[in-house]
Amino acid sequence: MAVQERVIRPYPTPPAVEVTLARPSVSLWRDAWNRLLRNRAAVAGGLFIIVVSLTAILAPWVAPYAYDKQDITSRTRVGPTAEHIMGTDKYNRDVFSRIIWGGRVSITVGVVGSFTSLVIGLTYGAISGFLGGRADNLMMRFVDVMYAFPTLLFVIMIMVILPSENAVQAMINIFIAIGIVGWVGMARLVRGQFLALKQKDFVDAARAIGVPPMGIITRHLLPNALGPVIVALTLGIPGLILTEAILSFIGLGVPPPFPSWGQMISESWQGLRATPHLTIFPGLMISITMLAFNFLGDGLRDALDPMMRGTA
Amino acid sequence: MWRYILNRLFWAVPVLFLVTLVTFTAMKLTPGGPFTAGTSGRPLPPRVKAQLNEIYGFNDPAWKQYLNYMGGLLRLDFGPSYKFRGRTVNDLMFQGGLLKAPLSVSAQLGLVAVGVALVIGIPAGIVSALKQNSWLDYLAMFVAMMGVSVPNFVLGLILIWIFALTLHWLPTYGWGETPLQAVMPALTLGTGGAAFIARLTRASMLETIRADYIRTARAKGLRERVVIWRHAIKNSMIPVVTILGPLLAAWLTGTFLVEYVFSIPGIGKMYVTSINDRDYTLIMGTTVVYAVALVFFNLAVDIAYVFIDPRIRFD
Repeated sequence: MAVQERVIRPYPTPPAVEVTLARPSVSLWRDAWNRLLRNRAAVAGGLFIIVVSLTAILAPWVAPYAYDKQDITSRTRVGPTAEHIMGTDKYNRDVFSRIIWGGRVSITVGVVGSFTSLVIGLTYGAISGFLGGRADNLMMRFVDVMYAFPTLLFVIMIMVILPSENAVQAMINIFIAIGIVGWVGMARLVRGQFLALKQKDFVDAARAIGVPPMGIITRHLLPNALGPVIVALTLGIPGLILTEAILSFIGLGVPPPFPSWGQMISESWQGLRATPHLTIFPGLMISITMLAFNFLGDGLRDALDPMMRGTA
Repeated sequence: MWRYILNRLFWAVPVLFLVTLVTFTAMKLTPGGPFTAGTSGRPLPPRVKAQLNEIYGFNDPAWKQYLNYMGGLLRLDFGPSYKFRGRTVNDLMFQGGLLKAPLSVSAQLGLVAVGVALVIGIPAGIVSALKQNSWLDYLAMFVAMMGVSVPNFVLGLILIWIFALTLHWLPTYGWGETPLQAVMPALTLGTGGAAFIARLTRASMLETIRADYIRTARAKGLRERVVIWRHAIKNSMIPVVTILGPLLAAWLTGTFLVEYVFSIPGIGKMYVTSINDRDYTLIMGTTVVYAVALVFFNLAVDIAYVFIDPRIRFD
């Protein structure tokens, strides 16, 4: 029964890391993996993500049509038919194919965006947490200010300034915007973990045998802070997918003709009455993809949360 | 405690300063500028352009323009709108009186949505926790997960499609003419928050009902109702209150999509329109208003926290 319960807390409590050290580290990850596999929602989410990612990568071979292929044999804006299972848009393009291609944007923004904030946040948080004292205080004050900064408004602002001629440029601009503001949460998390871990005896021991600071960070602190970081990373992805969708929806994201789900909604929602399929299908894709990442992230948290260890 | 509150107020200053500085710099960096094209889309005659640049002070150095703008802000003057010539940003944001002004419309929508979120979210979370691992719990948490995952503008469009365009029960757009207009926007905005609050309430309740003082309360023979209501629920509300600040903040920035989709004449719709029009003073004005609101809500929650949880001390 206890395995099933979900305890939601902002940051998993670090002290239990001691428990993990009492066992060989292989068994910890194997254990978490087994626990994850038992969580049906997380497995379903993970499988969905794999399918969407693979079809997006293999879009030229998997999608029935190219994203800009105008099928002049079909009528415009028809609902689902045998040739076009999600119908066609106002330029006779196949909606299903465009959704597959559009997956490239969402998945790339989600994954690359969260790694961008991971790299910056991890570095910043690690340095701040490792140094401690006055430097830490100063660095965290800056984080406080950034934290209070309205992230989405800032991203929108950047997108207003930076012109996006094509999909690649638009995505790079989104990464720049996310890189500037998105790392703050990760920095806080990593710093908190480091502060707690630094007090541990095994870190003292490492220092005593003369391991240099970089070695302590990379060999001793980082691996032990990895669990919460992986969870935060996974749960951060839906937020980024949403950000891209919002930007494209208000006309600041990926410019046509390359499709993104948000942009497909942006182009079609005013015609919701006559052609609901143009809006509803991409809307469902955004929602289900975000749901999948949330389920996977929740499952990972339950599987990796050290508080739960030993209760199974 | 007063020192703590003053400290928090003090830290709001650099945040707001940063917001205006970044927004202003962003505006200046934007290629083109507001007068590259006239209202008809054709380029303006050079003499007209020079005249406009002179009037709006674009020939001054950037720092002077920023100081001018900040000076205006301190007097609550957001400057002239670039798109609607002859009107000021203040006009656009505050016109229409107490009930119809865009700022007021947005606040009304926000309040209704917060009400919806609390009324659905808290009871759902409590019931889920009390009936942990029952089908009711699983159902509530599955629905909550959906509520967290579906973007509010997508939910809004789906609701419009079902309840307005297919069933013809509710109007698709507008605000303040009939209460029916508020139903879909409030639900759209409220469900996301409700889902989030339900998950948080459940987690917090689960932790609370395992606490020693709950066992003590039971052991001394209090009725279950009293244990749950007076001890468990009250104490598990603390994390919910803490999250209200960031939540309100997320909402505020999310509202502009809901206002845009439902064509509600609030400040959010104005924000989206100003982005499309590249009406820089209006973008800046609305961004500053949003930022002030965010900082204010976070501050209010921090202060409320002092009163709710007496165990917390502030230095």
